Amino acid sequence: MKKVFSDPTSALAGLLRDDMTIMCGGFGLCGIPDELIEAVKASGVKGLTVVSNNAGVDGVGLGKLLETRQVRKMISSYVGENKEFARQFLAGELEIEFNPQGTLAERIRAGGAGIPAFFTKTGVGTKVAEGKEVREFDGEDYVMERGLFADLALVHAYQGDTEGNLAYRLTARNFNPMMATAAKVTVAQVEHLVQPGEIDAANIHTPGIYVKRIVHVPIREKRIEQRTTRKRAEGAAAGGGQI
Amino acid sequence: MAWTREQMAARAARELEDGFYVNLGIGIPTLVSNYIPDGMSVQLQSENGMLGMGPFPFEGEEDPDLINAGKQTITALPTTSYFSSADSFAMIRGGHINLSILGAMQVAENGDLANWMIPGKMVKGMGGAMDLVAGVKRVVVVMEHVAKNKDGSESAKLLKACDLPLTGTHVVDMVITDLGVFTIDKKGDGGMTLIELADGVTEEEVRAKTEAAYTVALAA
Repeated sequence: MKKVFSDPTSALAGLLRDDMTIMCGGFGLCGIPDELIEAVKASGVKGLTVVSNNAGVDGVGLGKLLETRQVRKMISSYVGENKEFARQFLAGELEIEFNPQGTLAERIRAGGAGIPAFFTKTGVGTKVAEGKEVREFDGEDYVMERGLFADLALVHAYQGDTEGNLAYRLTARNFNPMMATAAKVTVAQVEHLVQPGEIDAANIHTPGIYVKRIVHVPIREKRIEQRTTRKRAEGAAAGGGQI
Repeated sequence: MAWTREQMAARAARELEDGFYVNLGIGIPTLVSNYIPDGMSVQLQSENGMLGMGPFPFEGEEDPDLINAGKQTITALPTTSYFSSADSFAMIRGGHINLSILGAMQVAENGDLANWMIPGKMVKGMGGAMDLVAGVKRVVVVMEHVAKNKDGSESAKLLKACDLPLTGTHVVDMVITDLGVFTIDKKGDGGMTLIELADGVTEEEVRAKTEAAYTVALAA
């Protein structure tokens, strides 16, 4: 079965419909499937529920789908960087479900692993736990969270082979590997499309079984959200550096 | 004189121990990395999926694929490892991180923490804060002692009970402010204790600016 598609639009052909749930990989603007998002925008599909840690910035990433009012609801942990998002949210045009970041990651991992629910300490005694089952284990309270499974997952990887095996680069991995496992169909955009065997089999992060379609999007300019640097004269602190 | 941001960060760095794995929040907590003592091995965790965070890159060497949880460009170290966000929070939730240093809007005398939303204002989300305070063994808050309001008045941030929505309950072990240092017996009945005063700050000043009940046990 051929997994490789020639462009983002054909990679999404037949998969998009109104009111569907889409998972979208990335953290901030790092490791986002930007060209696949562009193709979703061009399709005009609307009423979307989007599962993504963040919501892009104005005009980039999921910011594109917000501008065109194609998103009905976001399931996210942090959305601070987007003026259009704030405007729609405050106007009551956009629904948001906040999940703690680790709970969001684990809900996706669980959904992909066939686990319908799990218990976590995170959020016990806060708004996050309201209306959810709380159970005591070994003297501590835990809240029940549900696994998440979507109609479609859009992920970004550094390398992918024609069998759909994926490898991510540095912190661009983030939510992509879990999301690749947690949807009926996963479509990956890859910076480098290679032949089977070219990615060291021990260094494949997402096995091809999870990836139905793959599209080669060669390196383009990647956006940086917070460009922070240090002067060459400065010493190398163990982390952080001067703010 | 109260402590500056740099002095608060330096004080927080005294909570580090050799071999610690540490998560630093945004703001003053990030400055703590500048005060890791020479010869001490401390690995910084970034919850998007990295252990062993290096300093900011030199100009021209920024890599868009290498960012921290504040979305700032950073660098790797020989000790660095990368992993997914699910693995990252398994590390946090599973109690493998020794210390979390983070900011706060309010802290209560029982160790409750509020730092993610103000009702009626635009809510950005909690990010990883709820996971960090629930999962990390030891939680140190670094914050200004009082909030300065728009009309020039001041509001206490160390309270009997938080009135903002909580990030976690019974989670804070220590609070470092510009006026001093408090410990909190977060799981027991010991309450809050003032253990240090900032240079030139009096017990009376702290008392006047603190709503929470606390005992005083200053080091000689």
